[in-house]
This record gives sequence, C-alpha cells and structure tokens, in this order.
Amino acid sequence: MSEPVTVLNGAVAHEGLSVRIEDLGPVGQITLRGDLAAPDLQGVVYEIAGVGVPAPLSAAFDGTRGALWMSPDELLILTAYDAAGPAIARIGEALAGTHHMAEDVSDARTLVRITGAGAQELMAKGAPLDVSDAAFPVGTMRRTHFAEIAVGIWRRDDMTWEMMCLQSFGQHLFDWLAASSLEGARVNYF
Amino acid sequence: MTHRLDTGGRLIDRSQTISFEFNGSTLSGHPGDTLASALLANGKKMVGRSFKYHRPRGIVASGAEEPNALMGLGAGKSFEPNQRATTTELFDGLRATSQNHWPSLEFDVGAINAAVASVAPVLSAGFYYKTFMFPRAAWKHVYEPFIRQAAGLGKAPKEGDEASYEHFHVHTDVLVIGGGMAGIAAARAAASSGARVMLVEQTANWGGRALADDLRIDGLGGPDWVAREIATLEAMPNVSLRTRCMGAGMYDHGYAILYERVSDHAPAPGVPRHRLWRVRAEQIIVASGAIERPLTFAMNDVPGVMLASAVRDYVELYGVLPGKSAVVAANNDDAYRTALSLHRAGVEVKAVIDTRREAIGTLADQVRGLGIPVREQSGIAMVKGKTEVEGAEVGQLSGSGQITGPVETFVCDVVAMSGGWSPVVHLYSHCGGKLRWDDEQAMFRPAPERAAPLGQTGEINTRCAGAANGELQAEHCLADALAAGAAAARAAGFTADAPEMHADAVDEAPINAHWFTPSTGKYAHGTKHWVDFQNDVTAADVRLAAREGYESVEHTKRYTTLGMATDQGKLSNINGLALLAEQLGKAIPEVGTTTFRPPYTPISMGAITGRNVGPLFKPVRKTRMQGRHAENGADFEPVGDWYRPYCFRRPGEDREKAVTREILNTRERVGLLDASTLGKIAVKGPDAGTFLDLIYTNMMSSLKPGRCRYGLMCTENGFLFDDGVVVKTGEDSYLLHTTSGGADRVHAHLEEWLQTEWWDMKVYVTNVTDQWAQVAVAGPKARAVIEGAGVAADISAEALPFMSYIETEIAGCPVRLYRISFSGELSYEIATPANYGPALWDALLAAGEAHGIMPYGTEALHVMRAEKGFIMIGDETDGTVTPHDLGLSWAVSKKKTDFIGKRAMARPDLVRTDRKQLVGLMTEEAGEVLPDGAHAVEAMTAPPVRTIGHVTSTYFSPTLGRSIAMALIEGGAGRMGEVLSFPLEGDRMVKATICDPVFLDKEGARQNV
Repeated sequence: MSEPVTVLNGAVAHEGLSVRIEDLGPVGQITLRGDLAAPDLQGVVYEIAGVGVPAPLSAAFDGTRGALWMSPDELLILTAYDAAGPAIARIGEALAGTHHMAEDVSDARTLVRITGAGAQELMAKGAPLDVSDAAFPVGTMRRTHFAEIAVGIWRRDDMTWEMMCLQSFGQHLFDWLAASSLEGARVNYF
Repeated sequence: MTHRLDTGGRLIDRSQTISFEFNGSTLSGHPGDTLASALLANGKKMVGRSFKYHRPRGIVASGAEEPNALMGLGAGKSFEPNQRATTTELFDGLRATSQNHWPSLEFDVGAINAAVASVAPVLSAGFYYKTFMFPRAAWKHVYEPFIRQAAGLGKAPKEGDEASYEHFHVHTDVLVIGGGMAGIAAARAAASSGARVMLVEQTANWGGRALADDLRIDGLGGPDWVAREIATLEAMPNVSLRTRCMGAGMYDHGYAILYERVSDHAPAPGVPRHRLWRVRAEQIIVASGAIERPLTFAMNDVPGVMLASAVRDYVELYGVLPGKSAVVAANNDDAYRTALSLHRAGVEVKAVIDTRREAIGTLADQVRGLGIPVREQSGIAMVKGKTEVEGAEVGQLSGSGQITGPVETFVCDVVAMSGGWSPVVHLYSHCGGKLRWDDEQAMFRPAPERAAPLGQTGEINTRCAGAANGELQAEHCLADALAAGAAAARAAGFTADAPEMHADAVDEAPINAHWFTPSTGKYAHGTKHWVDFQNDVTAADVRLAAREGYESVEHTKRYTTLGMATDQGKLSNINGLALLAEQLGKAIPEVGTTTFRPPYTPISMGAITGRNVGPLFKPVRKTRMQGRHAENGADFEPVGDWYRPYCFRRPGEDREKAVTREILNTRERVGLLDASTLGKIAVKGPDAGTFLDLIYTNMMSSLKPGRCRYGLMCTENGFLFDDGVVVKTGEDSYLLHTTSGGADRVHAHLEEWLQTEWWDMKVYVTNVTDQWAQVAVAGPKARAVIEGAGVAADISAEALPFMSYIETEIAGCPVRLYRISFSGELSYEIATPANYGPALWDALLAAGEAHGIMPYGTEALHVMRAEKGFIMIGDETDGTVTPHDLGLSWAVSKKKTDFIGKRAMARPDLVRTDRKQLVGLMTEEAGEVLPDGAHAVEAMTAPPVRTIGHVTSTYFSPTLGRSIAMALIEGGAGRMGEVLSFPLEGDRMVKATICDPVFLDKEGARQNV
C-alpha cells in the first residue's frame, strides 16, 4: 500500500521567524452539504466530529476532530485521514433518504498551523479581514483571500491559527507565510 | 560643520556624530538630522539643478513639499532616485548623489539652456509642443538623445531592488492622519470615548509645528505639551501610534492607504523597507496641517531663498543656521516668527519686507522691538547672486502693483519668504471632499457643506481638523481638532468625553493676498519669477498660457507643466492658479484647483507590490507531479493558473523535436500525461439528472452508473463555453470533467443556476478538482502498462469497455479508472487522491519502462487531439461558436424539452447555413504549416479583401507526416474539396484544400481494442 504524502510533506518553518509554520499533514476532510438545522445531520456531525454544528463564521473542535462552518448549507468536517471514508459511509446511513452531499476532500486542501507571537499580525499581512481579538476571537472561522489566493482561517487559541487552501496553492501559501514572518518584520500592532 | 549652532536643535543627538556621503565626499551629521539639515550644516547650499534650465537650486522647504533637493540614494540594488533630502533621515553610511547635472553639479552643460533662455525663452510654456516639432526626424535623432543625456529627473535604477516590502491590513474605529497639535488633540478626544484609534505621523517625530513655533498650550511649551500628550496616548490600550507613516491615499467608505517607511533610516537585512497599510476606518480625521507658499519675486530660486517656516525649522529643530544674515519677505504675521527665531539664534536679520500696507500685529511689534527694520508695503524686486544668495533689492510697492522709487539693497545670504499658508486638503479631496476659497485667509479650505466624504451609511465619515481645516491659529486649531475628534467618536457609535485643552492666543493681523512681486528692468515680465521650482515654470509662462487661450487650470497644468512631477505642485499650485486667475481676469474660485490624486507624495513601487515579488509574484498552481516533471526536463507553459509541461526535452532536443518524439512514441508505444489540472466537479442529489440535462446540450440523465459521456455546455446565447466527460459515479451522483482553465467558471455557473433559477432542485455541487491527481495513459501498450503496475481489477476490453469506469487500486493507490480518450489511442485516465499522485506516477513510469513509456506534454496532447479532429475550448471556440458550427450536432439533444442555449439556437442567425463552420485544411505543400489565425479568402481582389474565415488550430502532424489545420469557414460544411487561399505576410499566398477535420482513424479503430 502506498502512503499518502501531502504537498508540504510535513514541512516546518520557524528559524528566524516570529512564528512556527507547520504542515498539518494528511487530514481527513469531508465537505458536508445539507440542512444544517436538521437534527439527523447535527447528530451525525457530533458522532464523527465530536462537536455540534458550529455557528456561522465559527469552528468547533474536539482535539484534532472538528467542524468548520463554510456557508449556510456547508460544513467542512475534519477527522483523522483514515477515518474520512468510514465517516462518509456513516453519514450516508444516518442521512439515508435525506438530500445531502458528503464528499471526501481529504486530499483537496493543504492545512497549516501558525503559532507564535507574530501569528495574529501575520494574518493581517495577508488578509483584508479584521483579525483583532474583538473581531476574531478564538473559535472564529473565516473564508477570505490571502496572498492572492482563496483561504480559510480559523483561530484555535490566542497564538494558534490554522489555515487551509487548495493543495495546488499549498507551496505558495507556505512560502508566502515564511517570507512574511521574519523576526525583523514584526509590526507590533495588536 | 560651520553652520551648526553651538546649542539647540531639538531633534538631534549631539552626543553622536555619524558620517554620510554626498556626491562622493564624506560629510558628518547627527542622529536626528534629515539629509537636508545635515547638508545645510555642512554649508551645502546648492544641492541640485533644475529640470529644464539646469539652474542651481537649493533646499527650499523642510518637509514633504520640497521641490528641489531630490537625491539619488544608495547604490546598486538599493539605489533609488528622486528622494527628497528633507524627508530622508540621516543614518551612518547614507549615500546621496544630486541629480539633473552633467557632468557635475558645479559645471553643467545643460545650464546653457538658461543662458539662451535669458535672451529668448526657448523652453517657455508648451515648449515640448512648440520647440521640438521641426524638422520631424530631429526629435528622434537630435533633440531627444541630447535631452535625455543632459536632463531628466533622476536616473532609473539599473538593478533589481534587494529590499523587502509588505502590506498590513487594519480595521479601526477612528483613523487620525497627522501627528501635529491637531492630530494629537483629535486622537485624545476620540480615544477618550473608548473607540479604537490609530494616529499616524509622516515624520519620525510627533508634534509638527508645535515643536518649532514657540507656542504655549495648557501652560506648557509646545514640545513639552506634545511629549505629555503622546505619553498619555501611549498608555491607552485602545490607541495605536505610528510615526514614519504617511497618509498616502483615501478612497471610498473609509478605506485609506498609509505608507510606513519602516527602515529607510536604519536599513537592516530581514527588516521590510516599507510597509503599505490598508486601513478600513469607520471614521477618519485628516489633520495633515498646512504648507507655506513661496512668494513670487525675481530670482526667487537662488539657493538660499527658503520658506520662512523651513528656516525656522532648521534653526529650532536641528540647530542649523542656513546663513549668517537674513532678509525675511512676508505678506502675513507668521513669517515674523522666523525673524524672531533667527534673531535668537544670533543671525543678523537685516529687515522684514512686508507687502502689507501696515504691519501691526503683536509679532511685528516684537520684531521692531529688537531693532529689526520692517519695510511696509514693500517687496523684493530681485534677489542677487547666482549659486547662492548675495543680497536682496527691495522697493516700495505702488498701488498699481509696481516697484516705485529707489531700490534699497540688503546684503544677506538667506532670504526667508512666506506667501501665507495652504491647508493640506489633498487627502480630503481624494475621497470627494470639496473646498471653498477663503478670501480673508487667502486659502482653499475644506467645505463639507459643499460635499463631504461619506461612509457606507451615507453619513459623513471624514473630517479635517486644525490647520488642514483652515484653522491656522493655535487656539482655534486646538479647539477645532478636539471637536473633530469628539464628532468622529460619536459618529462611530461612541460617547466622547473630550479633554479640555487651551492654547495661548496670539494676536495676528490678517494676511494680504499677494501673488506677484514686480521687478524692474529685464525681469519685469516675470521670466525669472519662479512659480514651480521643480518644473521650471515661471510667472511669465503661466501668463503666456493664459494669453494663448488656456483657461482651464487642468489644461494650463499640462501645457506649462505647472504642478507636475514628483512634488505635484505642493508649493506652486495656489500661486500658479492665482496668477492664471489674475491674467484671465477671473476670481480664484472661478479658476479652481487641479485634481488631487493619490498618493499624497510618491510612494515606492515596492510598497505597492508588497510580498508579491520574485517566486511569490503570482500564485502558481502546481500539480502533485510538478517536481517529477521538473526533474524530467519539463519545459513549462502557463495554462490558466497552472504551469503544465509543454514538452519534456531530452539533451540536444528543441521543443519541436521533443514534441515529435512524444507523439510518435504515444502512437506507436505508450505515453503518460499529467492530467491533474482537468476540472472536476461532483454533483449529487435526487434532481441531479434533471439538472445536468438542463446544463448540458445532450442527455445525461440516461447515463448508467459506471458509464461516461462526452458533453457540451452552452451559455444562454447558445454558444459553447465548456466541454468534458461526465461520469455517473452513483445512483444520484455524477462527476463532471471540465477544461483545465474552466473549473472555477463552470462551478460558479452551476451554483448560479442552482441558487438563482432552480433553487427548488435538490442538487449539491462541490468542486473537487484539487482532490484528485490524474494521469492519462495512452497508446497501444496502455493496458499492458496498467496491468504491469498492478491493477486490482480486470481491465480487459470486455470488462472495461470504452467510455466506462471502475474504482479500484493500482500499485496500492486507490484509483478511479476511466476508459476515455482524447488522443484517439487506447487510453485510460486514472484519478487517485492527490496525496497518492506522485506514487501512482512513479509506479506507472516504472511499469511502462519495458514498454517504452515516455511522459508527454500539452503540445503533444494538442497535436494528437487535432489529428483526431477534437475541438479545444478557446481554440475552436471564441464565445460566438455553437455546437452545430463545430459539427457537434450529434451532442445536441433534439428530444429534450429544454436546456441552456436551446431557445437561442432556434434564432435565425444561429441556423443560417452560411455560418462559419469547422473544417479541416490540408495545405498544398505537405510541409507548410499555416500560421494560427490566418485568414482565408476565396480569391484575391482589390482591397478591401473579404475574408471568409480563419485558422483555429494548426500543427505539423508527425503521425501523418504533413501539416494539418482546422478552421472556421463560412458555409464550410458545404465546401468540402474547395481550395482556399491564405494571404500571409510578405505577399506570400498559401493554398489549402478543405477536408474533414478528422485526419486520423475516423472509424475509431485505434481506441477500440
């Protein structure tokens, strides 16, 4: 059996940077489209992600599992890489007869974690969003553009932010983040 | 450092001495100096030459408005031209060179222009349009090379910039631009409400004129008050302060661009040079101060003639004496502060020359009290000296505006001039704020009652404060700023509790609007009265333009170059338009100002670009096999956002040879193509079949699970816009393949129809293009290669027939295996989750080695599909082509009641039989490849020659050993066998015969094995 290898292949960048940037490696990702208010859907989301359906513009986590709000009828469920297939099967059972779509997109996106004192301002270097504590508290999830590509950004804790982009742009995002977070480029705004 | 005072100089650190280079010689200064103050301290009065006449020029100002002291800074990869010495902070090792001279600053060939001009003004208004017109050829061969060599504003850098730049996005409640007295007060008032406040200042120091103007605020001197207030702001958690950060541009709805010069003053590796702030503010306060105007008298450009406020700044802030004896020329009271400042510093002030009938203010009295002569209703008839000021001739002004009576000469080496102040209304004007003319103060000032910038709610979101709002007196300036700050906080939804602040009032007499000081003799006509120093525009030029019919200030600007170039007329605009108004016999507000456009002062291209340079210049999509391709000699080409291998060159091969080898190898043995870029969209739901029947021109709902069908998508106008293979992957699920560049467009198209028209359909779509790495294996040995790589299913012709699909594993990689063909060969497309892509690629290459497998690129792909007559979206289509035009009527359902484009296809214009239709072409000479886009004619006639169509794809086919082409030709389907002519460049004519566009294996025997 061949092993899955992500675009960034576990890359880490931190030397001389105000942050640590790391590839999250293979992560199970499921696009789930359906009626987010339906109890059946909420139940199966809790079962496979360990969290309820997150509120708009937010993300919820149970360890490495979680769910990201993508649009009024779409979630991105995060699981272990190997768990995505069985989870989709489980969704199919739970929502049998209910219109929905559960698509395995585990390989479609690159996920990176950015931690450190410079993380928040690094977000502000690339995204036009308000990423201040008031506007972007822990648990916020936003889709926006960053370094000229489409991304999702969510905040795990004060100094930990995670991002995703299409894997074909993964190297671009990683290189851009590393180039923009040199210690000497601290803004000290937030 | 003969010009440095023994004491004083608020901004400099005398405990340290640093050295810098100017035109190759080493000079010294102190931390805190600007390059301008350091040059003056070193006695460098002449710092450049003017643009047209190459006249000696000196430092005029002390800030952003400086027109003359433009320097080339740095060298090699850090070289940058046109940097103002007055805004350049001195640092150890700074290198500066003056501009606009050749061969040297002291001796300059171009200065001959000036000598000639004193006889006849050859470079007067409109000189570009008049002087160099004839003879025509002379411009290119004589004038332009000479002008380029001898003149120009700075030199373009020759090497790439080594510095780094970045952007930063900020959202705030209140943005205050300008860190002088008004900005500080406004920020304090706004911040008292708890609103998030950002206060920025373009220089390295807070305080603006409060540092130099001898004010008293709340019982403190200006500098002490500034320090106290800044400390208060720094302690507030809701306030962000930033110096070296200029308001560069203001746009709609509170969007502002700030330009931070992060490390110009302390360059270091890894530190960005500039940072562009992109601020979205609920409310903006523009506290950008005011700029002093020069006076327009003869020879007012001789080095040593400076703005009065600048002279004061150099004394007070940098402890620099611009000269030993001075004359102050004024039409207002503020200039008297300079006389007082110079006197305190030990400079002999010979006289204050005041254009007003009486000088009666408190400040004038103080000056008189020191024994300094004040000449009322007088003006400078002429400044004496060439490369520096030697004296000033002063005369009495008559009621009719002439110099009358005897001329008095004062020997001096500095002339400090003040023609009054103009509020910096630039930023306010950028975003729609209108102005009004204030006759009493002789200035344009913000007029929110005429039009104020509005936020997204339609309410005013931008206010000017202090001097920028026309409030020049300290006590009014402060009160105005506090009110603006409180108003902004309230408008942002906060309750302001503004602090109380009071500045001591000074009784100042009114200004006298004075736009031209007459001279006598040969300079009487204004040919040496400089209005725009940077562009060498004189009062005579402005008047000439008016006499020649230029009434609009915008036209006059272009004709005379008044107010153009890097300073955009910061000193010259008001004086210029006042002179224009005078000549036209109009009032100043009737003439109006030119348009203020961002940026306020030039900002670096690097800051605009930010991080997106070099490898990060443009995001490039890479397939998972990109690294393999690079190792394999791939020669890439851009396809949409992707880079795809055009071909894989082996040593000694050019592109053509590589493509030929790849095609023949695929046709004879087997080839491997990275098809990951192919768009892939998953569609699911009970109404998916119905939905796709409407989206595609042909029937999709009848597709059985496990089967594939080629389909066409049209716009509602009936024109083809994407094509690809549709796969039925499950009971109510489909996978749509789109063109490589078309996935996002098609995805948006599907979502739009679902969300806006067919919202009641139960269908979801997801773009899964990036989920899959995809590989095409094509050629007679394709099946053998896949079997050799270890496929976990039977892929025989019987088990997996043409246009079918299975899910299985190859070499341990989970795959979707589609038996489809774009080359006409036995062919499989294999999709695997992207993280397995490289492993699958390697396994297939290894398994194919025994069969002679070679990867092929996009060009081989294109040639092979053309040999089969398969169309390419974007080649055979251009947004005006229907499926019927392309001979694809078989893929347009006649049974379906509706699909997007059906209605349009019934229009008379789309059923004309003489529409351009797809045909094949074979040239008479087998080796002749028609150029892409070549036009066809039935026969050559006298011009205009009517063309009947054009070539859409054209290649040399290695398989057929001859050229092939496809073309869209009027009524082409009915012209088989006709010979068309293609007139080409160089009077060449190529003839080609119309044929079936399928050149190879029309019956499809090669793929059905």
